[in-house]
Amino acid sequence: MNYSIALEVLDSAVRLMTPLLLACLAGLYSERSGVFDIGLEGKMLMAAFTSASVAYVTGNVWLGLAAGIGGAMAMALVHGLASITFRGNQLISGVAINFLASGLTVLLGQKWFGLGGRSPALEGGARFSPVTLPGADALAGVPIFGPLYREVISGHTPLVYVAFLAVPLTWWLLYRTRFGLRLRAVGENPASVDTAGVSVVRLRYGAVAIAGLLCGLAGAYLATGLSAGFVKEMTAGRGFIALAALIFAKWRPWPALGATFLFALLEALANRYPEISLGPLTIPSMFMNTLPYILTVIILAGFVGRAIPPRAGGQPYVKER
Amino acid sequence: MPPWADAVLVPVISLLLAFAISAVVILLIGESPWAALKVMVTGALGSSYGWGFTLYYATNFIFTGLAVSVAYHAGLFNIGGEGQAAMGGLGVALVLLAVPWPHWALALPAAMVGASAFGALWALIPAWLQARRGSHIVITTIMFNFIAAALLNYVLVNILRPVGSMDPASARFPQAAHLPKLGEIAASLGFAWGKNTPANVTLFIALGACVLVWLLIWRTRLGYEIRAFGRSEKAALYAGISPTRITVVAMLISGGLAGLMAINNVMGESERLVLNAVEGAGFIGIAVALMGRNHPFGILLAALLFGFLYQGGGELALWTTIPRELITVIQALVILFTGALDNLVRMPLERLWLNRGRG
Repeated sequence: MNYSIALEVLDSAVRLMTPLLLACLAGLYSERSGVFDIGLEGKMLMAAFTSASVAYVTGNVWLGLAAGIGGAMAMALVHGLASITFRGNQLISGVAINFLASGLTVLLGQKWFGLGGRSPALEGGARFSPVTLPGADALAGVPIFGPLYREVISGHTPLVYVAFLAVPLTWWLLYRTRFGLRLRAVGENPASVDTAGVSVVRLRYGAVAIAGLLCGLAGAYLATGLSAGFVKEMTAGRGFIALAALIFAKWRPWPALGATFLFALLEALANRYPEISLGPLTIPSMFMNTLPYILTVIILAGFVGRAIPPRAGGQPYVKER
Repeated sequence: MPPWADAVLVPVISLLLAFAISAVVILLIGESPWAALKVMVTGALGSSYGWGFTLYYATNFIFTGLAVSVAYHAGLFNIGGEGQAAMGGLGVALVLLAVPWPHWALALPAAMVGASAFGALWALIPAWLQARRGSHIVITTIMFNFIAAALLNYVLVNILRPVGSMDPASARFPQAAHLPKLGEIAASLGFAWGKNTPANVTLFIALGACVLVWLLIWRTRLGYEIRAFGRSEKAALYAGISPTRITVVAMLISGGLAGLMAINNVMGESERLVLNAVEGAGFIGIAVALMGRNHPFGILLAALLFGFLYQGGGELALWTTIPRELITVIQALVILFTGALDNLVRMPLERLWLNRGRG
């Protein structure tokens, strides 16, 4: 593999990791507040659909983005109602949200566009266009760094940079603000937060809403940045890979960046080399695509580092107990 | 609130809410819910042909619903039914292709062993990880669904695919292993019922499984231990029930039941192993178990309802512009209302009962 091919693979990894990173951070906020979220997939799918539909109808990708966020937020609200207000089973609610999104997107898509669940292809202003970072061409001559800057770092759509900026922002919010302290506390011991006079319900709704927002960005990126339109089931398990990355990162923002990059790199390699031959052994692409799931099971088993979720995760908070 | 209200009233009202919202969704896409219902009822229940398909789907859902419920009694949420049923299919295929079976009556028990063993094995790893390493069974079973799909894809493309075939599917099973269809049985008895439908003798095995699961959960020591463990892990531990053993045993039974589904779809219907043979039945099992309140009789009723929805949904897609995915939406709403939002119904009902008692 020479340098220019390596750059191509890295570039494609950056594109592929963006939705994973956004969804992973979404899960991070929700689960840090004590609300398990296996509905990331559904929220992302809903957002992809609403953003593509509105972007197509209005021809404006920013309106599409807003609709995407709205779609994911609506799903997040359902999750909040079920798991916070009505103290239901958060896992069951997540499963329901995944199905709801999977069915509604096709049903509405068929009604609006009649293309069997697809949206029409997006063009021009209905898509995010790449941003060329300053100096990308001027620095192209610099050996090694120049091409890296031009091919891999520059030339992505705005949401890619938003996703990367969300990592330090999340770190700062989580570890350097009062909101972050309370958010982490409510995921470990909600009773203590309640005793301190802070509303558990409001904090958790806040976290679930942030998760909706980030899933909205992820879905909108999928439909209007990574590809040109909505396709049935286009999230293709990314919500679950993001969940896997979250466990890999042990619910921390910087490791989330690393984990999603690793998983995206695996996907990029599998796309470029469908079968990797190592002398007598040939690794099939199915194995590469499954590696994130296998790695997560290994991590969960505690053979390589231990992943301990927030203590109050999955349990509804009941004040009188 | 009396127990019957909790067991019957709450799920029925939740179900009605789910259906009401489904009707609103149908209205939103510009169709008439009443007309849609009529197409579904005539398509699924209006003829023996429709019934043949409805019963075929219901058979699938009985197995996966029972699978989810046995795990649920032990406090384990098994989302892995899809992967376990897919692996069960592999077990069936290996058993049926390895031996030239002379008669289906011999092939069936062997295939059942293969199906349940493979399904149970696929559930064993998440179970063991949960029991011994504390990894959350929901996450591991989700991961195992994906791993099963990839593994099956690999096996079908590279190992089981017959030479010269481009289809990622196994060879046909021997003709003698053909399970009698209900339509064929009816024809041999001299009346025409359910011609050309996939419902087969597996239905009776599914009904038997309902009875066995009922006996297991409410009439055996193991069932008692499973329920005790599901209610309170601490109390069970205090009573000398081993958490590791119960977790592993409950998941083995659960995975075995999910795997058994392959008898119906792989052996009974397609008669060869194809990609995605499970068609989401593993996930529907979640809705079926929730709606059936984890009781085998409730699961039987819920499986029939989902069989009706599945077949009716197919007819809907055929005769109207409403896509099949309407069923996914209904399924989602059923899971949401009977599973996650049941306090929405229970809280006001409890208040009602309290007020009545006072007055």
